Amino acid sequence: MKLLTGNDLATGDVVWWTGGDWSRHIEDAVDVGGQGEAILRAEEGARRVNVPYLIDAEATEQGPRPAHIKDRIRALGPTVRPDLTLKPADADAGAWVI
Amino acid sequence: MVEPITVNTNAGETLLRFRDDVVHDEPAVTLDAFLGQTNATAVRLEAGDDARALLPHLGQIALVEISFPTFRDGRGYSAARILREAGFEGELRAAGDVLVDQIPHMRRCGFDSFAPEKPVDAATLTKLLNLYPQPYQKAADTRVPVWKLRHG
Amino acid sequence: MYRYDEYDQSIVDARVEEFRDQVERRLSGALTEDQFKPLRLMNGLYLQLHAYMLRVAVPYGTLDSRQMRMLGHIARKYDRGYGHFTTRQNIQYNWIKLADAPDILAELATVQMHAIQTSGNCIRNISSDQFAGAAADEVADPRPWAELLRQWSTFHPEFTYLPRKFKIAVIAADEDRAAMRLHDIGIQLLERDGVLGAKIFVGGGMGRTPMIAHEVKDFITADHLMSYLEACLRVYNRYGRRDNIYKARIKILLHEIGVDAYREQVEAEFAAIRDLGIDPPVAELARITAMFAGPDFASDAPDTIDRSDPDFAVWLDQNVAAHKQPGHAIVTISLKPIGGIPGDASADQIDLMADLAERYGHDELRVTHAQNIVLPHVRKADLYAIWTALRDAGLAEANLDLISDIIACPGLDYCSLANARSIPLAQKIGERFAGRQRELGELKLKISGCINACGHHHAGHIGILGVDKKGTENYQLLLGGSGAEDVSLGKITGPGFDEDGVVDAIERVTDRYVELREGGERFLDTYRRVGMQPFKEAIYG
Repeated sequence: MKLLTGNDLATGDVVWWTGGDWSRHIEDAVDVGGQGEAILRAEEGARRVNVPYLIDAEATEQGPRPAHIKDRIRALGPTVRPDLTLKPADADAGAWVI
Repeated sequence: MVEPITVNTNAGETLLRFRDDVVHDEPAVTLDAFLGQTNATAVRLEAGDDARALLPHLGQIALVEISFPTFRDGRGYSAARILREAGFEGELRAAGDVLVDQIPHMRRCGFDSFAPEKPVDAATLTKLLNLYPQPYQKAADTRVPVWKLRHG
Repeated sequence: MYRYDEYDQSIVDARVEEFRDQVERRLSGALTEDQFKPLRLMNGLYLQLHAYMLRVAVPYGTLDSRQMRMLGHIARKYDRGYGHFTTRQNIQYNWIKLADAPDILAELATVQMHAIQTSGNCIRNISSDQFAGAAADEVADPRPWAELLRQWSTFHPEFTYLPRKFKIAVIAADEDRAAMRLHDIGIQLLERDGVLGAKIFVGGGMGRTPMIAHEVKDFITADHLMSYLEACLRVYNRYGRRDNIYKARIKILLHEIGVDAYREQVEAEFAAIRDLGIDPPVAELARITAMFAGPDFASDAPDTIDRSDPDFAVWLDQNVAAHKQPGHAIVTISLKPIGGIPGDASADQIDLMADLAERYGHDELRVTHAQNIVLPHVRKADLYAIWTALRDAGLAEANLDLISDIIACPGLDYCSLANARSIPLAQKIGERFAGRQRELGELKLKISGCINACGHHHAGHIGILGVDKKGTENYQLLLGGSGAEDVSLGKITGPGFDEDGVVDAIERVTDRYVELREGGERFLDTYRRVGMQPFKEAIYG
């Protein structure tokens, strides 16, 4: 699947395109298929998200899992500070990244 | 309070000028063309041109236009300062990808007119030009650097 | 240390207002990201993996307790309770919101701090020796010269859109504690016939193509330093490459035209501008120098130290260096606890270090390019009290210059440029070698998560470079680099490894070193004596 991701302009938070909006949680991300470029152009003017781009991901039971480790780290947070990630209480979250 | 004068030229350009003489009307020729002729009074330097090539001819030049193909290309700042250091008193114009946030530095390097590709917001420009009370270092403008204020 | 006068303060305050206006224009859409990016970079604001990252300047690595406490306050109020000290003596915050950045800069300005030019294609923080003002081997304190250059380079109108970033370091001793030869311009103060001046080196740097700076000027005095450096920068600004960002540093220019050609062009430019009134009067350097006169050291401070606590003795021997003043010492606080994150400090730890500086250290701290903190002026009589406070705060690792005193970039855990994570590797190395590190002796290990080399891996006795190998993290091992006065660039050993593999490879390297070493040789000395081959055999069989 193809996901659209970027950083929120005002906060810098990592965000994922949900089909109509941007969410901080990758579980909410949708497969944009071939529509990525069109959505990118439309969102540029909206000024919500900085430099959005397309990434590859596979659909899994836990939700989309990005193909590249860098985007998995973006989705969760730094692997060396579990307490600062989106899932501080989840002991398995680090394994999902690596 | 420093403010530019907006001038619309015959060629259809919008200039921001910090000079009160008449806008020079002759078209600016390329450096190569200038060095090949004896009667041109306006020359345009591309970003990679050597401003020092003009030094023997400064007396006959009324306008030097320096190109900024992208605002990130900082070569024009050195070209401008070289010309002012050599005593050039004519119009020194920055043309191209000239944005409001770079104009204050360009002024300090000696530019006194601007031909930006995209319109520059006048209120923002005025604000930025009057923001810093005095600079740290000497440049091509008349502003007194801090060390001189400290020691006279 | 330097204290702002009204002029310095007004400049920093104006910058805050300028940036506040620029942020508003970005948020309103009047500035596109492409137009805004160079402006925010010149205020030290990156967009990184998880959020905006703010890099606050610590000019030549020097700050007092009030400023240190402000850094802790910023961490608490605007970030997530910690900061990261960097290889250019600055501090970084990883979780900043764009909308907060102007307020952060406003708060920093109240204690004479800023984030000016800590990024962007301009002249960056001028770095210096972390032992300046305390070491016996310096000819003079290099920091007044660094301050003079800080002012000269701040908002320099001609050099704000250089081909690439520009880093300057100033030292004043033959021992190079600031990796001066690996900077775009390196300056070494020295005395010639009783006159203080400087030797100028140009064209060093790490990154993709590491190079050692060449001597370009044998001796220049302070009264012409600025015009000479303007000439150096102007030649670079005019002729540095702008077609390829990987070939845009000044080191490439010198490499391509040759040192002699560069020198000639600089001398020609210098001749044209040296009498134009660019240089401040010597009174300005004298004014700045007076502020670095140094504290009133107690002349009767006792020289003896009670070493009966064995843990204290170990720390004393490793992390405490000699001070030029009898009865005094220089303390290095390690920010490299075994298994911790190199260079990170919590807000509480930052406050503790501020307290120690204020109470025991003549209110002065330094940030080192090895990502540690120094208390440059403490009394020997106070060392035990300092150590117990550090120990209780997890800041007493006795590992200065040992294998676990790792320089590591933030890596793929934080940085959008990285190919691999560096911090977990640093943690594994620390844990593997903690028990043997004293036996191994001085061993400077440096890790970069990508070829940009922010972890200075080319200058590591052992260096590690993280790469992307078909989508997985892989690590190349280098041996034999040094950022000190015996400067050299590390060489790759051979094929790379995964994370556990490179830790094992390092163990084979250190085992071979212990077998081969003679006398009191450091690892680096043994490597230079026997070459790569014995180590290559140990690693790959």
